[in-house]
Amino acid sequence: MNNRIQQTFDDLHAKGEKALIPYIMAGDPSLAVTESLVLTLAEGGADLIELGVPFSDPIADGPVIQQAAERALQSGTTLKKILSTVRSLRTKTSVPIIFMTYYNSMLAMGLEKFCAEAVAAGVDGLIVPDLPPEESDELYETTMAAGGPVVTFLLAPTSTPERRKAVSRRTHGFIYYVSITGITGAQLTDLTLVKKNVQAIQRQSKKPVAVGFGISTPEQAHNVAQFADGVIVGSALVRTIAEQHKDPAMLSKIKTLTKKLKTALK
Amino acid sequence: MATHPDKHGRFGKFGGMYVPETLMPAMHELNHAYQKIKRDRQFQQELQACLKNFVGRPTPLYFAERLTKTLGGAKIYLKREDLCHTGAHKINNAVGQALLTRRMKKKRVIAETGAGQHGVAVATVAAMFGLEAEIYMGTDDMERQALNVFRMRLLGSKVTGVNAGSRTLKDAISEAMRDWTTNVGTTHYLLGSVLGAHPYPMMIRDFQAVIGKEARKQIVAQAGRLPHCLVACVGGGSNSMGLFYPFVNDKKVKMVGVEAGGHGIKSGKHAARFSGGKPGVLHGTMTYLLQDQDGQVNLTHSVSAGLDYPAVGPEHSFYHDTGRIQYTSISDKEALAAFDLLSQAEGIIPALESAHAVAEVVKIAPKMKKNEILLMNLSGRGDKDVQQIANMRGIPL
Repeated sequence: MNNRIQQTFDDLHAKGEKALIPYIMAGDPSLAVTESLVLTLAEGGADLIELGVPFSDPIADGPVIQQAAERALQSGTTLKKILSTVRSLRTKTSVPIIFMTYYNSMLAMGLEKFCAEAVAAGVDGLIVPDLPPEESDELYETTMAAGGPVVTFLLAPTSTPERRKAVSRRTHGFIYYVSITGITGAQLTDLTLVKKNVQAIQRQSKKPVAVGFGISTPEQAHNVAQFADGVIVGSALVRTIAEQHKDPAMLSKIKTLTKKLKTALK
Repeated sequence: MATHPDKHGRFGKFGGMYVPETLMPAMHELNHAYQKIKRDRQFQQELQACLKNFVGRPTPLYFAERLTKTLGGAKIYLKREDLCHTGAHKINNAVGQALLTRRMKKKRVIAETGAGQHGVAVATVAAMFGLEAEIYMGTDDMERQALNVFRMRLLGSKVTGVNAGSRTLKDAISEAMRDWTTNVGTTHYLLGSVLGAHPYPMMIRDFQAVIGKEARKQIVAQAGRLPHCLVACVGGGSNSMGLFYPFVNDKKVKMVGVEAGGHGIKSGKHAARFSGGKPGVLHGTMTYLLQDQDGQVNLTHSVSAGLDYPAVGPEHSFYHDTGRIQYTSISDKEALAAFDLLSQAEGIIPALESAHAVAEVVKIAPKMKKNEILLMNLSGRGDKDVQQIANMRGIPL
């Protein structure tokens, strides 16, 4: 399945650039702000955008994203409403949008219904942190039948060469490499190990590799971009939004931070 | 009957391995290690010795004569898991997994606990095997089970409060999974019930099946036949699956699992997954789950912290759908009345969890014939609950 995610990586590759992929929690503090944030991130230079779908029990997330999910749920955010937000965004931007969602949120809506609505709304991809390739047949087949969204799978420092092969075969768009053995928002300490593992994946796969978890500063983003095809920044942005959402200058600050991150990738 | 789960960890459509990639290699490693020790005679001998000399097995099967007379129906037998070391069946699984941890050469264990029974069991085996232990517990549960928190600390374990979400068992499991994701190289997650990703539901069932294996032999020796009905409470479902599993192929033996009805099913404040839940994925497994229409996990309520959990072991979901096991629920009020009844009729103070099973016995025994046998798992003793009961009755201790 070819789509905007693949196309974006291809275009960047042709220009010799790396992908900046910011993550924000949909509905934190409200979906209206999320809509503005997506446009701001795109204007600031984001190449693809990950939208977190809030879940009550996010086992792969650290405190920053857990609390963002709690705020989003308190503001009445649901998967259905996030899909409407994307539909509205699609009249304004064509930046690829990827949902980061726990499996149960999609199951509750029904996989077929979800995929059909996601395609209609203009959602390009899915990252499902609690769905390893072993359990993904049903979602995979449903997305294929619906013509999207494509599913991106993750690899971690603990992944064996056999798992790298399996993930590389099944993933679409890119491979999400989790840079640390841990949860979102933890500190990245051993860059050499990240490089070694990303290069090992690249030797086994032609698909782009984007690195996430533990990248918070332009300097870290720069260092990772030297060997990876894309950089995902989540908790650092989510923290900034949480601290400054009442400040009228919040959007312009996020834009500045996004520009700095994008510049750092060059 | 086919053996469950299949090699993918499925009980029909339930079960599976829904965990982040970081943990997947550890799940496969654990499964491999477990398959190995299952056939390893030396391991099994060590386990048997531990169960006998440390846990105090076999536990008695006790004919509750006064309770039988009071209820005026079926003969009631109690499987006395309350007499295990540390006061509940949880130690059976803790000992098994601690031995396995040693085989896997890991030095640290983590665990979740609701009522504190599993936490105490883990703290106990960690002390016995010289392992470092950290126990995650919701801060609300720490308050209602303060005695067990102190007990775990006395045993040398670190108890870490979890102040997220509902501050109960489900949040403790989430936090333990996050710890495991971070420290998976050195740490074994000693999960306490037939929950979570494969191989946990199978492995924990197997470690707890000692309950049903003993009970089956004992009832045949004492009464000369199999029971007509088995009753056990179902939180995650380890004591019930431990009792039921060895009887699954005995088609004439009826089985009843008792969930926490809290303030009543209509109130929405309960933990009866088979009355208000639908299949979903939580904590690594596909199973019946109390959730809202958007798939957000509901807050649960039960007077008993050990039953206060929104999901149930996937094998229970399987037997629920096949009809092999019947599930029912008991309210807080009924459980509390049964707590008093067993204490005064038999001189046995049951855990509030087990009191739910007692309450079901109170309902069904009088409807059964006098020559029929009702076998109930008395999964734990009530010492841990005495303070809470006194508080509820406004009695200062």
